[in-house]
Amino acid sequence: MSVRQEIATPAEADAALRAAIRQREREAFRNRWLLLAPAVGLIGCVGLLPLALTMIYSFLEPGTYGGVTWSFSTGAYEQFLFDRDLFDETILTFNPSYVIIFARSIFLALVATVGTLIVGYPTAYFIATRPRESRNLWLFLITLPFWTNLLIRTYAMLLIIRDEGLVNALLMGVGVVNQPVGILYTDFAVFLGLIYSFLPFMVLPVYASLEKLDFRLVEAAYDLYATRWRVLRRVVIPATRPGIIAGCILVFIPGLGAYITPELLGGGKKLMIGNMIALQFGTARNWPFGSAAALILMAMVVLMLFVVMRRSGRQMSHG
Amino acid sequence: MKNGKRVLMAATALGMLPLAAFAEGKLNIYNWGNYTSPELIENFSKEYGVEVTLDDYDSNEIMLAKVQEGNTGYDIVVPGDYMIKIMIEQGLLAEVKPNEMENFKNVDPKWVDVWWDPGRNYSVPWQWGTTAFTVDTEVYKGDINTLALMFDPPEELKGRINMLNDMNDVINAGLRYLGYSRCNGNPDELREVTDLLLNAKQHWRTMDYATIEKLTSRDVDLSQNWNGAAMRARADRPSLQYAYPKEGFTGWMDNVAVLADAPNMENAKLFMNYIMAPENAALISNFARYANGIMGSEAYMDAEMLDAPEIVMPADAPTPDFVQPCPQEVVDMYNKIWTRIKQ
Repeated sequence: MSVRQEIATPAEADAALRAAIRQREREAFRNRWLLLAPAVGLIGCVGLLPLALTMIYSFLEPGTYGGVTWSFSTGAYEQFLFDRDLFDETILTFNPSYVIIFARSIFLALVATVGTLIVGYPTAYFIATRPRESRNLWLFLITLPFWTNLLIRTYAMLLIIRDEGLVNALLMGVGVVNQPVGILYTDFAVFLGLIYSFLPFMVLPVYASLEKLDFRLVEAAYDLYATRWRVLRRVVIPATRPGIIAGCILVFIPGLGAYITPELLGGGKKLMIGNMIALQFGTARNWPFGSAAALILMAMVVLMLFVVMRRSGRQMSHG
Repeated sequence: MKNGKRVLMAATALGMLPLAAFAEGKLNIYNWGNYTSPELIENFSKEYGVEVTLDDYDSNEIMLAKVQEGNTGYDIVVPGDYMIKIMIEQGLLAEVKPNEMENFKNVDPKWVDVWWDPGRNYSVPWQWGTTAFTVDTEVYKGDINTLALMFDPPEELKGRINMLNDMNDVINAGLRYLGYSRCNGNPDELREVTDLLLNAKQHWRTMDYATIEKLTSRDVDLSQNWNGAAMRARADRPSLQYAYPKEGFTGWMDNVAVLADAPNMENAKLFMNYIMAPENAALISNFARYANGIMGSEAYMDAEMLDAPEIVMPADAPTPDFVQPCPQEVVDMYNKIWTRIKQ
């Protein structure tokens, strides 16, 4: 062997070297994939596979007692907009029920997003302008409610605003009103509950942006005779835009699918998207429609994210 | 195997092994929430050395959806009457022949030949009750035995009503109020029911399953309710009274059944036989406050249950109406009505 190597020509040595490199590369490639495999497998199994199932189910026909029968149908998507046979079998009429339910959920999620922004931005600003040592304490206080389950926090809210709750007892005690104010089981109660549950999702990303803000820019703006409003509008907000966008997305999307809060605080008289989808897999026994509604919701969210990303991306490159 | 068991039993008898050592395995029960007597489970588990786990659901349909997917690991489920029929048709239940079990003689004959399981080849009674409503008689002093209180409420009850958040219970009550039959596919009659419900909805405050909590917190003064829940609510708010509306009301029975793919089939059968013993059935009732359908269990029940107006129906009350499962077309129509009401 050793004799042979000694008499190897440079070309042969070169080829051997290249083979060795190729071998190395193959191993590196294999290792990369082996290391990636858990993540890819996880995404595939718990992300893509259920999604694909939902997609397939949405194009089938409902089974007699839940489940699906395996024949192709676009009925689920038709049902979203049209009504075929409630009172007249032959006429396909526009049925606004589901659109109204979607619109209400979107409206409520938007209001909650704006609400958390109005409350959360000043809060984040306050924290970011505290001395470095005390900031962690403030952040800790913001995240503290997260240690308690959402259901329990919502129940606590329910106890506070109910007819015989804290707020009404206080109002009547002070003499502002002499009849309990009906706050619970209204849209306002849902709005209150959503803001309370989602506030940290807004405060934390906004704080992260504000913390990086160079306050010398603010001083410079004042030196250039900018008013306070102008400083906020032209310096502080543009610099923290990524945080605001992240916060809005983090509040809006879970707000859209909120289930517990509207059910408990809204009194359950009106359906939200989440409750409507759940109903299809339960008493309504219509899995394909439930799947279709879930996909329509997801398509809307993805579309919205896409628009937001493109717009914010463009603004960044301009800036 | 047999030898091993005998040695183990001898060892236990001699006190050489702790009691749990002869545990004969497990039993997984899937039942409605807040419905299973902890004492019953503890006693069963001690007596047979079986480790019992309990999981809960809040509607027949949720349970069905989960069981249909298969491999749940549950042994025992407690479906309502119509759901037993559906699950037998779908082959989801094991034909365990409880009618040949030792304690079957205790089952009240009127609960043996039932339409959902004639002759009881699959299931045994757990509890039965009625679905009507509860009113605070201090708030409303008139005659409470009419569905008009929910659909055309008097001034003092307007905005003080909770309905069950349940498609079937609400629509069935509406059909009864108008005098139409249940599982109704007649478009004209359904249109009338839709109008009735849409109009009544403005007087309803909430639609929620948590009836006891809604009543005891005084959020509402009338709630559609199950009789056992009505009794539990009355314990906290004595002015409440359970109504037996003259237009009719729903009767139901929840039944213990064994899943076809139960991993612990023998323990499940043991449990079935166990709850047909009067003293054990009484534990179930004492906890959840419904009647159980086992003869002789009265002797072991809490005294206040025996003459409770929620359990003992007045002689002039209509017979409870056990509603059969509706065909898919009717369910589809109900679903559309429900969505329209809640849109």
